[in-house]
Order: sequence, then C-alpha cells, then structure tokens
Amino acid sequence: MRILKLLIRNAFRHKLRTGLTILGITIAILAFGMLRTMVSAWYAGVEASSANRLVIRNAISLVFPLPLAYKDKIRQVGGVTLVSWGNWFGGVYIEEKNFFPNFAVDPRSFLALYPEYIIPDLQRAAFLNDRKGAVAGKKIAEKFGWKVGDTVTLKGTIFPGNWEFTIRGIYRGKDRSVDETQFFFHWDYLNETMRKAFPRRADQAGYYIIGIANPNLAGEVSTTIDGTFKNSLAETLTETEKAFQMSFVSMTEAILVAIQLVSIVIIVIIMAVVANTMAMTARERIGEYAVFKTLGFGGWFIAGLIFGESLVISLTGTAIGIGLTFPVAAAFADYLGTFFPIFFVERETVYMDIAAGTLVGIVAALFPTWRAVRIRIADGLRRIG
Amino acid sequence: MTNPTTTCDEHGPSPVLENQPVIVEVRNVNKAYLRGSHVIPVLQEINFDIREGEFLALMGPSGSGKSTLLNLIAGIDKVDSGTIVIGGVDITALGETELAHWRATNVGFIFQFYNLIPVLTAFENVELPLQLTGLSRSERREHVEMALSVVNLAHRMDHYPSELSGGEQQRVAIARAVVTDPTILVADEPTGDLDRASAKAIMSLMCRLSRESGKTIIMVTHDPKAAEAAQVIRHLDKGSLNNAHS
Repeated sequence: MRILKLLIRNAFRHKLRTGLTILGITIAILAFGMLRTMVSAWYAGVEASSANRLVIRNAISLVFPLPLAYKDKIRQVGGVTLVSWGNWFGGVYIEEKNFFPNFAVDPRSFLALYPEYIIPDLQRAAFLNDRKGAVAGKKIAEKFGWKVGDTVTLKGTIFPGNWEFTIRGIYRGKDRSVDETQFFFHWDYLNETMRKAFPRRADQAGYYIIGIANPNLAGEVSTTIDGTFKNSLAETLTETEKAFQMSFVSMTEAILVAIQLVSIVIIVIIMAVVANTMAMTARERIGEYAVFKTLGFGGWFIAGLIFGESLVISLTGTAIGIGLTFPVAAAFADYLGTFFPIFFVERETVYMDIAAGTLVGIVAALFPTWRAVRIRIADGLRRIG
Repeated sequence: MTNPTTTCDEHGPSPVLENQPVIVEVRNVNKAYLRGSHVIPVLQEINFDIREGEFLALMGPSGSGKSTLLNLIAGIDKVDSGTIVIGGVDITALGETELAHWRATNVGFIFQFYNLIPVLTAFENVELPLQLTGLSRSERREHVEMALSVVNLAHRMDHYPSELSGGEQQRVAIARAVVTDPTILVADEPTGDLDRASAKAIMSLMCRLSRESGKTIIMVTHDPKAAEAAQVIRHLDKGSLNNAHS
C-alpha cells in the first residue's frame, strides 16, 4: 500500500492537534539544540586548545604575576621549543558592555605559537614594527567598524589610564573553532608604560605559554619547570593548554550540568506530550485498527501505522526545529558574540536533535501500539458507531 | 433504524439448493463472556450447516448472540468449545496469524457502520484487502474497478467516505467485501444505519450477489423485512438456535 501516504494523511487528520504537537516538538528541538550549542560553546576553548602548548601561571592564583626573568630559565628546559608571555589587560572600549578579551603579548613568539590566527603578511609586519600596534579579531573589528590604521583607545582597569593603539592587522581564524573576538598588542608597550608609572609592577608577566616539541612529554616538561621554581617567591603551575582552559570551564560546571539536565528534561516533557497525542489518536482509531485486523492485516501492520504516524509527527517537528536552530544560533552569536565567541551549531548537535526526535517518536508510540495490537477485533469493532 | 419496504428485487430470493455441498459446519459451539467474576453464557451448543451459495439470515433480539455467532464464523472471535469448519478448514484450530491469513482470503465483511477508512478514497478502501495478495498494481486496479462497477460506484472511486452518502458508503464496503472473491460474505446489520431507500438498494445488491455470483452470505439482522431477502432464516434467542426454516 502507499503506506507513507496513509501515514501522512493519518498524521494530519486532526490538523490543529497535530499542528500544536509539531509546534511543541519544534520548540523543544530548538531549545534542545540551542542548549547543546551553548554547552559546546562553553567547551570551545578547550576543544580549540593545542596539545603542543603548555601554560605556566603562578601556582597560588592566575591573578598573581610571574617574573619576566623566568623566561630564560624556561627556555633552557629540555623539550621547550618556544617561550611566549603575556598579560590579561582587561581594557574597556568606550563602555563596559563592549566587552572583548584583550591581551598584551610578546608578538613574535605569540604569533609563532598560534598559527591558527591568520594575518596577512603585510599587516603582520606592520604590527611587529609598531610598538603601539594592535591586532583585532575579524568579528570585533566588524562589530565596531575598525579598519587597519584606525586608532582605538582602551580604558585600563587593571593597568590604569587610557591606552591608545593603532590597528595594524585584523586576523581571522583558521577554522570555525578559532575565537575571532580577541585583541592583542605589544607587551613591551604595556611594560614600558608600567615601568614609568608603576615601577614595581614592571617586568611581570601574567602567564607564560610555551611550545613543546612532543606532546607526550608534556607531563615531564611541566614537572621540570615547576621543579625549577620550587621554593621561589613565585612558584609555578604548568599545565596543558587544554587543562588550563578546562579549569575555567570547571568553575561553571554546575551551570553546565544544569543546562544539560534541562535539555534532557525538555525532551522528556515533549515525549510525554507526543505520547499523549498518540494515545488519543490510537484510542480514537481502535475501531479502524480492528477493521484492518478483520481484513487480515497483522499486528506488525498496526504497529507500523502507529509508529509511522508518531515518527511523521515527531520528525516533522524535528526537521523544522533543526531548520530554525541555525538562524536562531546565528542571531544569538551576533548578539552575545563576545561572551560566546565560538557559537555555531555543530554537526553532532544536529545528530543529537535527530536522535532525540526519533526517540520521542518511538517512545510515544510504544504504549498505544501495545494497546492497539493486543485489543480483540470484536472489542475494537464494538467501539465504532 | 428504518426498514426496507421490500426485501429483494422483483425476482425474490433464489430457492435453496439442497444439492449444494455444505460449506460451513458449526458443531457444539459454546461461547461465554466474563463480566467481572460473572460468566455470562452467550451461545450454547450451537449446531447448524450452511450450504454453498446459501443466503442465511440470523435473527434474534438484542443480546441473543447473533453478532457473536457471526464473529465466530468470520474468524474474528474464538469459541470456548466446539468446532467451526469452513470450506474444509477447522478455523477453531488456527492460530492468530493463520486465522488472519485465512480471513484475508476467505471472508468478506460488511459492517453496520460501513467501517471505511476515512483518509482513503473509495478506490483505496476497496483496494485494501488486495494489498495482502500478490496481485500487481494494474491487476489490483482492474479488480477494484470491477468491484466498484458491480455496486455502481465506479464514477465515485476518487471520493472520500465523507463525500459519499450512507448508502454509497455501504456499497463501497460491499465492493471491499467482494473484491477478493471470498468464500463467504458476512454482514452484520448491513442496513441498520441506512434510510429506507438506501436499505432497499443494499438488500437488492446483496440479493444480486447471492443470485448472480452464487456467494454464500451470512447476514445478521433483526429487521424481518431485510431477512426476507435470505433463503434461510435462523432465529437465536438467549444463546440458543430455536428453529430453522427456508
């Protein structure tokens, strides 16, 4: 039989009820997809981290600096190929709501360690040659309308004063996982200014980032570095970039668990809604199922009708929900791009949407199918009339 | 419910063919239902035969067990004891799957409330039983068109049940019942939901099927006018077969 035709006609027999159920599934899948995307965005820094980079920070806390003099000792540790350092600057552009991450970095070593930031050669050279030069990510440059050559002033919060920079380059990410909302400038510019205004704060790095030749030696290198500065005034904690990023995520782990839980609860709720719809549908059609059985159609056919109808409804809602997730996620990314710099719907999220929609369809049909298949024909026919 | 003014067409029912072989043998059939802890006997020691080509009417008051008996003969309910042999097959010994297959090939059903599938057209409704056969699409189409032309509804084959009158819907149901050329036709109050004129047309059609196609028809009714179309009328009362006459 044209079974699909029958399933579709059956599914849309009660247009309002089916429409509302599909709307519910659409909203649930959209919410589920957005929450999963949010969780992915939270982990984006972790996912984007390189196994070849280690982060060294003050063992007490990230807010305490490390002496610049450490860089030469770190360089001497076996397995270390490159040493870079920097500071979280925490500058504000015009007003606080314009937040974006900004760092003072040692430009040559930094760009060598982060090949995923793609900067045109001319812009790279101009940046390296200008102490007051800065490089901005494509997304914030677009957001604030910055062009190469523009002067940007940041108001220092950790390092007081108004800091003027000339945009010398605009970077883009190698792929979608690279954050394009950051702002980098010369650490020397920061250090020289500090040396004049606050000499005690000069020659202090907020963190070191080092490149290692072999990721398998990360543990050994970390132990050696931390051992080198053991019992010093500023002991170090060296960890992989992934572990360093993960330490930020861990601070908000409870929120992430809550978000993941809510996303599952949403699916369970919509499962109950669709199950209710299918139960009503099957109850109304018990007589029809009895007719099918009378004509010789078996239990599998009845099960196919109910499961098929349930899946038509749930997958229609799922398809619309997935379709809507992309523009909604894009709008969300535009609006909160600096808080969630890497916010896009991953392929895995779409697969999870489809799996959730399919699961909803199957689970919702279980009880009505069991009931319809078990009912005696004579009892089913009695329901008609 | 209304009664038809006449039973069969001007030719009346065909005479009973005593020489025809027995096609349905009902022997010592008992059936009871459980209502809570109470056992309610519905049929007790039912014995009778139906000959091939016979048009039988089962009559009796509500609750007499006539629909139950029809369901047992049609293989949609199970006896508690006794046997029903149809066309040489003891259907009481068949399992659910075998019984479903047997029904699909041997029984045509006509219900009081037509029981057409509302989302399928008249054509698709009649085609339903043929889905279980190995017929090709074109062969199915041929059979369906022929069945619909027998009930004079070939021109309405693309209409949905909601676009047809009660009488027309019952004619589609009859087409669905005969499209597989079953061994027996069972009809449960086929005129019970129809107006006088439609009921008359339906009974005329069933007469024609009996007379011209030689179909064995078992019809449950409590309408004496409708029963007059049958060659044999049997009465059930309180679960027992009282008498039989032709």
